Amino acid sequence: MTVQELPGAAAYRPTPPPAWKPLTDPAPLLPDPEPYRVLGTDAVADADPGLLLRLYAELVRGRRYNAQATALTKQGRLAVYPSSTGQEACEIAAALVLEERDWLFPSYRDTLAAVARGLDPVEALTLLRGDRHTGYDPRAHRIAPLCTPLATQLPHAVGLAHAARLKGDDVVALAMVGDGGTSEGDFHEALNFAAVWQAPVVFLVQNNGFAISVPLAKQTAAPSLAHKAVGYGMPGRLVDGNDAAAVHQVLSEAVERARSGGGPTLVEAVTYRMDAHTNADDATRYRGDSEVDLWRDHDPVLLLERELTGRGLLDDAGKEEARGAAEAMAAQLRERMNADPVLDPMALFTHVYEEQTAQLREQAVRLREELDAENDQHGTDGGAER
Amino acid sequence: MTTAAATAGRRTAKAKPATMAQALGRALRDSMAEDPAVHVLGEDVGTLGGVFRITDGLAKEFGDERCTDTPLAEAGILGAAVGMAMYGLRPVVEMQFDAFAYPAFEQLASHVAKMRNRTGGAMPLPITVRIPYGGGIGGVEHHSDSSEAYYMATPGLHVVTPATVEDAYGLLRASIASDDPVVFLEPKRLYWSKADWSPQHPTAVEPIGRAVVRRPGRSATLITYGPSLPVCMEAAQAAVEEGWDLEVVDLRSLVPFDDETVTASVRRTGRAVVVHESTGFGGPGGEIAARITERCFHHLEAPVLRVAGFDIPYPPPMQERHHLPGVDRVLDAVARLQWEADN
Repeated sequence: MTVQELPGAAAYRPTPPPAWKPLTDPAPLLPDPEPYRVLGTDAVADADPGLLLRLYAELVRGRRYNAQATALTKQGRLAVYPSSTGQEACEIAAALVLEERDWLFPSYRDTLAAVARGLDPVEALTLLRGDRHTGYDPRAHRIAPLCTPLATQLPHAVGLAHAARLKGDDVVALAMVGDGGTSEGDFHEALNFAAVWQAPVVFLVQNNGFAISVPLAKQTAAPSLAHKAVGYGMPGRLVDGNDAAAVHQVLSEAVERARSGGGPTLVEAVTYRMDAHTNADDATRYRGDSEVDLWRDHDPVLLLERELTGRGLLDDAGKEEARGAAEAMAAQLRERMNADPVLDPMALFTHVYEEQTAQLREQAVRLREELDAENDQHGTDGGAER
Repeated sequence: MTTAAATAGRRTAKAKPATMAQALGRALRDSMAEDPAVHVLGEDVGTLGGVFRITDGLAKEFGDERCTDTPLAEAGILGAAVGMAMYGLRPVVEMQFDAFAYPAFEQLASHVAKMRNRTGGAMPLPITVRIPYGGGIGGVEHHSDSSEAYYMATPGLHVVTPATVEDAYGLLRASIASDDPVVFLEPKRLYWSKADWSPQHPTAVEPIGRAVVRRPGRSATLITYGPSLPVCMEAAQAAVEEGWDLEVVDLRSLVPFDDETVTASVRRTGRAVVVHESTGFGGPGGEIAARITERCFHHLEAPVLRVAGFDIPYPPPMQERHHLPGVDRVLDAVARLQWEADN
C-alpha cells in the first residue's frame, strides 16, 4: 500500500498502530489438514483393547437403539425421531469420555449420547414421544435437556463450566452441536465466551454433511469447521467421526485439557447421517444413493469390527454376544414404549412458576371442570386421565 | 416533580435523599453481600460500573469474578447466565439498553422462561435480567424502547417495573431472591428521581406481584406503572381543579398481574384509564382493559380507556415529547370518561 502525498502539504507519514500484536499464536491452534484416525493406522497399536471392545458393544447397542426408535415412529409411539445412525461413534465417545461429575449438553439428535451416559432410554425419549418436554432431572444425571433450538445450549455449557470452576469444582462440560448449528449466533457467542473465560468446555461438532437438506458447502466457506476455533483463540481438532477410537482419544485429550485449566477445545468430527433428518424428511430429494453407499463402507460399527476381528479380539461368539445384548435392550424398550404413559393434564399448570399465579389457578379450575364434564359424559370415574 | 419523594410511604429517621439508581445499586450490593451465589454480569458492569453506574463499586468490593465484564454479546451473556444458574448460582444480568436485549430474546423465551416447566420443576432458573427501558432521556434510536409486552406474552417470566426509589430497592431484592426468572425493567428516565430513603426501611423488600394505590380517589382510576407513574400523579393533582378525585394504581408487577387491587379500585370508582408509554396496539393496556371489562363490566360508568404511546417505532429524541403520553393526554382521557353524562 502506498501512502498518498497531498500536493503542497508536508509529507504525511502515518505511523503504524501503536501497540498491535497478535493476542495468541495461531499455529498451535490450527487443526491438522486431515481428520485424525486411529483404526487401520499405526496409532491403533496404542489403543487399549478393553476400551475398543467396550466401544464396540456400545456402538452395536446404539445402532440397535436408533433402529428401534425409528420403528417406534412408524408405530406412532414417537412423534418424531432424529436418527443418529452412522454417527454412533460420536455419540458413544461423547458419553464415555466424561466423568460422572461432568455435564453433557446434547442437541435434539443426541438421545443416544444421553442413553450411553446412563439415562433411562424411556426417560430420554419423553420429548420425542410428546408426553413431557424433559423426562429426567438434568441435575441428577448431569445431562441438560435435549435442545431443539440450534446451538442455544452451547452458552449454557460455557456458563455451567465457568460456574463450576468459580466454585472450585473440576467439572467439564461437553456440548454437542451439528454442522448447521455452527452458523448460529449462539455458536459464535458461546465459543467466544468460552475462550475469553478459559472455561472448561469441549465443543463437539458432528459434521454429518447436512442441515436437514442443506449441504456443508452452503453452510460455511471455512476450510473446515474445526478451523473456526482459531478465530476464538482455542485449539481446533479435526477427527474421523466414524472412527470410535479416534473420537474417543481426541475428546479425551480435550476433556483433560479443559479439566487441567487449559481452556476450551473445538472438535469437529466428520461423519455422515445415514438416515433422513427425521422420519418426516425425504433425503432422496437432496442426495443420491452413490454418496450414501460410499459412507456405508466407512460405517463406524464396521470399522471397529474389522479392527477387532483382525487383531483376534473379536470372534463370532463375541459379535453374537454384543448383538444379543442390543436385542434385549430393544425388546425392553419396545415393551416399555408400548405402554401408554399416564398423563395428568393438571400438571400443565404446576411448573410454570414456583407458585401458581392467580390467573393460572383460575385457568386450572376451568380445565378441571372441563375434564370432569368429559368424564361424566364418558361415564368414567374421574380418575387420572389418559 | 420528584415522584418518589411524593409517593414514598413511611420514612425512617436515618433516611436521606437517594436516587433510584443508587437504590438499585444498593440492592445489588446487599444481595451480593448476603448470598455468595449472586453474580452480576454484563457489558461494562465491572470497571466502568455500568453506563448508568448502577453496578458502580461492585467489582471493587466483590471482585471481577462476582461482577464480570463480559464480551459484548447479549445472547451469550444470558445464555451463560442460564448455565451458571444450572450450577447453582444466581446471576443478575444487565442488558445495557432495552433494544439491545433483543438478541437475547431467544435465550429468554426458549430457555430462561421454560426451564422450570420443561424439567417438571427439577431445574428452576433464578436469573434476574435488568433492562433499562423506556424513553424521555433524549436517547437516539434503539435506546428508548418499551418492550414490556414481549416479556408479558412469555409465560414463565415475572415482569417487574418499579416507579419509586423505595420499590427499586425492594423489588430488585425480591427479584434476585426469587427462584423464578425475573425481567426487571428499570424506567431509565426515573434513574435520577430522588426520595428520602433508607435501605434499612422495614418494608424494604417488596414481594413481587402486588400493585399499590399511590393516591386514593373516588372519581376514576388511573392504572399505570414505571415511567408513567409521575405523569399520572401530576395529572391526578391537576384534575383536582376540574373537580375530579383520581385514584392512581401503580402496578409494579405486570406478571403476575394483581387483578385484585385493580378490580377493587375500578369497582369503587367505576371508571378507568390505563396509562403507559409503550405502543397501544398489542400493548399492555389492551390486556389490562380487557381484564377490567371482564371483571368490572357492571360497575363501569364508561368504557375503559387507554392512553399509550402512538403505534410507531420510537421516535427520534427531538420528537419524543409528541409520542410520550403526558399530563394533558391523561386529562383528556379523564374528560372522555364523563361518557354517560354526555351521551
